[in-house]
Amino acid sequence: MLEKDIQKTENVSAAERIRNVKTFVPRVDIYENKDSLFLLADMPGVDEKTVDIELEKNVLTITGRVENGQVKDAAMMYSEYEIGDYERVFTLSDQIDRDKIVATVKNGVLRLELPKAEEVKPKKITIKAA
Amino acid sequence: MFTPNLWRFRRLSETMPEMMNLQREMNRLFSNMGQKSPQEYPAVNIWDKKGSAVITAELPGIDPEKLDISVSGDTVTISGAANQETLAANEIYLRQERGVGSFKRNIQLPFQIDAQAVEARYEKGILAIVLPRVKEDLPKKIKIQ
Repeated sequence: MLEKDIQKTENVSAAERIRNVKTFVPRVDIYENKDSLFLLADMPGVDEKTVDIELEKNVLTITGRVENGQVKDAAMMYSEYEIGDYERVFTLSDQIDRDKIVATVKNGVLRLELPKAEEVKPKKITIKAA
Repeated sequence: MFTPNLWRFRRLSETMPEMMNLQREMNRLFSNMGQKSPQEYPAVNIWDKKGSAVITAELPGIDPEKLDISVSGDTVTISGAANQETLAANEIYLRQERGVGSFKRNIQLPFQIDAQAVEARYEKGILAIVLPRVKEDLPKKIKIQ
């Protein structure tokens, strides 16, 4: 694995937090079928209570708050990774049916299902013989 | 103007955690100097908790059943594989950044590990392993006669 794959990328462009924490860019997989768009984001330390998904017009914002990365009653001896919040913004090209968005978080992975709106689903147009 | 303000002194206790945090950050920054960034996956943080070591690693989307932790002597080995998403025939990737595949990492600690008492937890994509020191290995107090 490359070094950049091991380290989380800091989100420099993210709006600053009130809390003094760093913000990282979660790594995502996006795939689609003809009905929906699926998004998977690696956000270790985040659960369903601390994740926030916002869709405004066609701008999708995912934010995750990591409450506390410290181990209780322990002192850090060695560190390779940093702990902080997550934020990433996407501009969607398709119209999304916002009432049917399904989001789940499992083992620190956010899974979003974004169903495409009826009107943008590709429709086959049959050509009638003249 | 320069007389110590009692009100300010009272605030000192509130700033202590902040200062400790800063100190910790500084230590972390300098402890990493001279050595390269981690080359191995997963990246780990190691903590000291009353004689035990606590290793934490960010491993999002792992099936805990497939995560393998083994201890031998003073070395702990973490291995496993990331859950791979299998796409249906009519689905296509638009973007793929998340790591796939298996990993294995050995971490050597400066003491013998009590393998029987090792505990591991996997929560919210973060693995935490508590590795206590073997009793015989703990520092002994020597009485002067």
